[in-house]
Amino acid sequence: MHNPGDRLFGLALWGAAVGVTAVFAWLFADIARLGLGSLSLDFIATAPENAGRDGGIAPILVSTLLILGVAVGVAAPVGLGAAVWLNTYTRAGSRGGRRIRLALDMLAGMPSIVFGLFGNAFFSVFLGLGFSILSGGLTLAAMILPIFIRTVEAGLGAVEDGWRLGAAALGLTRSAALAHVILPAAAPAIGAGLMLGIGRAAAETAALIFTSGYVDRMPESLADSGRALAVHIYDLSMNVAGGDVHAAASALVLVALVACVNLMAVALSRRWLTRRLAV
Amino acid sequence: MTPHTLGDIEMGPPCCVPVPHLSIENLAVAYGDTPVLSNVSLDIHKGCITALIGPSGCGKTSFLNSLNRLTDLIPGARVEGRIRLANESGTLDLLDSSLDVRALRRRIGMIFQKPNPFPMSIRRNLELPLREHGMRRADLLAHTIETALADVGLWNEVRDRLDAPALTLSGGQQQRLCIARALVLEPEILLMDEPCSALDPIASGVVEEMIQSLRGRYTVVIVTHNLAQARRVGNYAAFFWMRERIGQLVEFGHCRQIFDAPVHPATAAYIGGMHG
Repeated sequence: MHNPGDRLFGLALWGAAVGVTAVFAWLFADIARLGLGSLSLDFIATAPENAGRDGGIAPILVSTLLILGVAVGVAAPVGLGAAVWLNTYTRAGSRGGRRIRLALDMLAGMPSIVFGLFGNAFFSVFLGLGFSILSGGLTLAAMILPIFIRTVEAGLGAVEDGWRLGAAALGLTRSAALAHVILPAAAPAIGAGLMLGIGRAAAETAALIFTSGYVDRMPESLADSGRALAVHIYDLSMNVAGGDVHAAASALVLVALVACVNLMAVALSRRWLTRRLAV
Repeated sequence: MTPHTLGDIEMGPPCCVPVPHLSIENLAVAYGDTPVLSNVSLDIHKGCITALIGPSGCGKTSFLNSLNRLTDLIPGARVEGRIRLANESGTLDLLDSSLDVRALRRRIGMIFQKPNPFPMSIRRNLELPLREHGMRRADLLAHTIETALADVGLWNEVRDRLDAPALTLSGGQQQRLCIARALVLEPEILLMDEPCSALDPIASGVVEEMIQSLRGRYTVVIVTHNLAQARRVGNYAAFFWMRERIGQLVEFGHCRQIFDAPVHPATAAYIGGMHG
């Protein structure tokens, strides 16, 4: 039945899928083999000792969440506003809109170290925030904004024109149409954009080294320096002899964190969808 | 309490005494540098159903959109000429740039080709425009919603599931919900852009009957490609055609005259072609 070309094509597809999965499995197995042994409630709940070779990651986890909180807290409203502006006021084809979109796409592909240097120069030095969770979070916000804006804007663009016209024909104000019809309809895209952003921010190292710093103490405020998980992993595996085990354990925690955020977002957007469409 | 949405049956005089509700003079619509409609002049009579017929792309939808200023939403759209809406105190110039467009759209409702209920519950679909136009009292809202749904023959079908998502309704029900959503605002004029073309024949028949029931209480302007439908529902018919790639109004008159004794050869050919 199947001709040989077809079969070869099928095999190639399978090969690609298995290859990708295998690489991830290998990677995951490697850090699990190394780190699973030292993973425990204690590891999550205690402070690091001996440069991280012993003890746990409690303050690092707290710093990470604070940095992420600042980043998302700033990027979400600003990004939403920018995406709505782009979608409403620069409909397809206008020159200004094209330029802004091009700039955003370029920024989205910018190496994170560039954002780190910018964050250091602007937030840490110019605004005098120093090495702090605040400047780290703001730097990450700047880093995830482009991708967030573009995702949300694509989502808004995909909202049926019928709803937009329908809302206008009913004499709804632009803001009412946005709040009640357009944004809810774009909720899955907004969720996806946030997810992409959080995922990128949680895994970020380079941009944070120059902005939120290395200090592994428990942060007392947003003005304190704080070490993010990814920075901790980097430091343990590169600068601390014998830190491999805890680096792997921390990596497992990071993977779990990102997976959690992902699952949460998927569940959330699915609930939105079923509530509205009841498919 | 009297029904809200349908208003007084005697609101308009019978169709045989034509009273212009909308007077259109030399209307021209262009998108950017491309004119799509020019030199359209006609009166839309109060309480009557006016059917707009003609091939696709000859400007019927652009004509409709300019009546409630939906053309404002289309980048680069320009509308010229005059559209006057008869008021208690004289007339209102609809193309006046200082006109309150929200208030206008409350008076001139619109139904689209593809049913477009919002992705929310049936109740919320009707509540949203009411609330946005200032109705807050729960009992008033409930009453108005029930009346509107009854008007479009949907109340008995959905009374037990008002909080179900509107998108779970069938196509015909969705379109009737959209008509109800326009009716809750108590408009005087309803613009309908091929309201039945996305529906199956049975649902289309139900919606058509519903539109018939609006005669006398509302002024209806309906675009349709279904000539039989235009003939069934229309009091007046306007035939649009392309000349040099620009849509024009070729003939306007009583439906019976347009279908049985068209004056213009293009009208005769179009209607004849449909018959043959």
